Amino acid sequence: MFALRLILKNALRHRLRTSLTILGLVIATLSFGLLQTVISAFYAGAEASSATRLVTRNAISLVFPLPLSYSPKIRGIEGVTGIAHANWFGGIYQEPKNFFPQFAISGVEYLKLYPEFVLNDKEQAAFAHDRKGCIVGRKLANQYGFKLGDVIPLKGTIFPGQWEFVVRGIYDGKQANTDTSQFFFHWDYLNETIKKTAPSRANQVGVYIVQIGNPDNAAAISRTLDEQFRNSLAETLTETEQAFQLGFISMSEAIIVAIRVVSFVVIVIIMAVMANTMAMSARERLSEYATLKALGFPPRFLVLLIFGESLLIALIGSLLGIALLFPSAAAFSAKLGTFFPVFDIAPQTLLLQLACAAVVGLVAAIVPAVRSARINIVDGLRSIG
Amino acid sequence: MEPLIEIRHLAKSYQRGAQSVPVLTDISLDIAPGDFTALMGPSGSGKSTLLNLIAGIDKPDSGSLRIAGLDITQLSETALADWRAAHIGFIFQFYNLMPVLTAFENVELPLLLTNLSRSERRERVELTLAMVNLSDRMDHKPSELSGGQQQRVAIARAIVTDPMLIVADEPTGDLDRASATEVLALLNRLNQELCKTIVMVTHDANAAQQAKSIVHLDKGELLRSGA
Repeated sequence: MFALRLILKNALRHRLRTSLTILGLVIATLSFGLLQTVISAFYAGAEASSATRLVTRNAISLVFPLPLSYSPKIRGIEGVTGIAHANWFGGIYQEPKNFFPQFAISGVEYLKLYPEFVLNDKEQAAFAHDRKGCIVGRKLANQYGFKLGDVIPLKGTIFPGQWEFVVRGIYDGKQANTDTSQFFFHWDYLNETIKKTAPSRANQVGVYIVQIGNPDNAAAISRTLDEQFRNSLAETLTETEQAFQLGFISMSEAIIVAIRVVSFVVIVIIMAVMANTMAMSARERLSEYATLKALGFPPRFLVLLIFGESLLIALIGSLLGIALLFPSAAAFSAKLGTFFPVFDIAPQTLLLQLACAAVVGLVAAIVPAVRSARINIVDGLRSIG
Repeated sequence: MEPLIEIRHLAKSYQRGAQSVPVLTDISLDIAPGDFTALMGPSGSGKSTLLNLIAGIDKPDSGSLRIAGLDITQLSETALADWRAAHIGFIFQFYNLMPVLTAFENVELPLLLTNLSRSERRERVELTLAMVNLSDRMDHKPSELSGGQQQRVAIARAIVTDPMLIVADEPTGDLDRASATEVLALLNRLNQELCKTIVMVTHDANAAQQAKSIVHLDKGELLRSGA
């Protein structure tokens, strides 16, 4: 109890120095948390993927389409319980910076494969009956103020022309990590339009979403499926939805690694700052530590004082950093819009922040604690604080 | 009467680079219980080193140093720390109080190493602060006290555990004349009324006059001792 009181009093002794160190810790913890959340956001799609969904694409590249005629053949493969298809649309809403993912999907059958997109029956029916209808995620609707019945104009890039869609439904996510920043419309509408403007590109799909009954059979079904189209004009590559998502993430691997490295560099920098603070404090108190030793206090008591103070400062800084992470992440997410469909703070991030603070507190105290514990009493009494 | 402090052929030197500088040479000295001894000598004579050895915060190179029959040169660091906590009261020139603690907390410090309960500690601290006439200053921090008051807090801290020996290193060295007189009177009272054995290092002849015996040191050697 006395040690705790002394630790607290020592920590508050140089208020400006302690405040600045805590400020540094707050900034470091906050930066670390934000950067870790950015990394988590990259992986959010992969984490939200279903083990019972496979994605089949052109084996050469995702850029190349697959014939629509593959659909019945895939459906006939043993273990396949559902199939849908989709095309990346890539349109511009008002101006290029207003990016959000747009997919032409095979209507309600696509939605059936994604039970995490929660859409009421009325809106689903309205979407099904309107060929120019579209459904948007809640996050997207909130960002641009889309309401039911609104007409959304998109300027086509991959599929040139001016397109217009009517909002027939707004879906919510079943889980917190469900992507609700997407825009879906009927593939049939896209295909019919293309038949008129670019007939050679008609009846082609970007990817097939294949639902399977048993996730354990994913590898076998993927092999069978790809085998079926071997030596065809459009060979396929089938993988689990998670592997498909991770494939996208791997394209940004260098950026993710850089963010990860920077997040830990921030921690190393604050560790050096904190170590300097603790070293200065301990050096100034050598005479007091020597006095305590002369009075009979064992060296471990001094070690306790220094580690306690270091951990206390680190804990205060990290808790403030964690508290600020929530509003900062919300502001960051709002600013980024739909760039990261899911930008949630993972519990692991909070634990990692606390763990880093503990490591900073412990490492910063090692050298001053050892030096103080070993101090010769006579030398220490001579030192000037 | 058996001496409380029995020093035989004590020697101590310090390393200055490759060179060994002798500080104390073949010191033999007895101090009786209840004595008030002043160690005097010019700077570098070894008087503070001798006091540090007697207090058990430094180790000699050779010789024996018995206090109440126990040769403290043979004790381990841990045992020596426990021994100091139980038997020695320290008074330093610059008081060496913990600046973040109040007078009460500073005096309570040595009692934290005992098995006394919180209320017993409080009782003892209040009694001791009353003895040094600082009952009304117990909630004050050292920075809120004068030099003389700080030294009286240090004296209270030195006697609160009722040690067998009080060591004082220039206790009046940082004080004005009035405060120094006050502190010396207090030490005298401790010696006369409570029969505390005190060993005090001082430069000040007036301060030394308060002691029952004076030991002179020069260049690490004992010159003479007298009453």
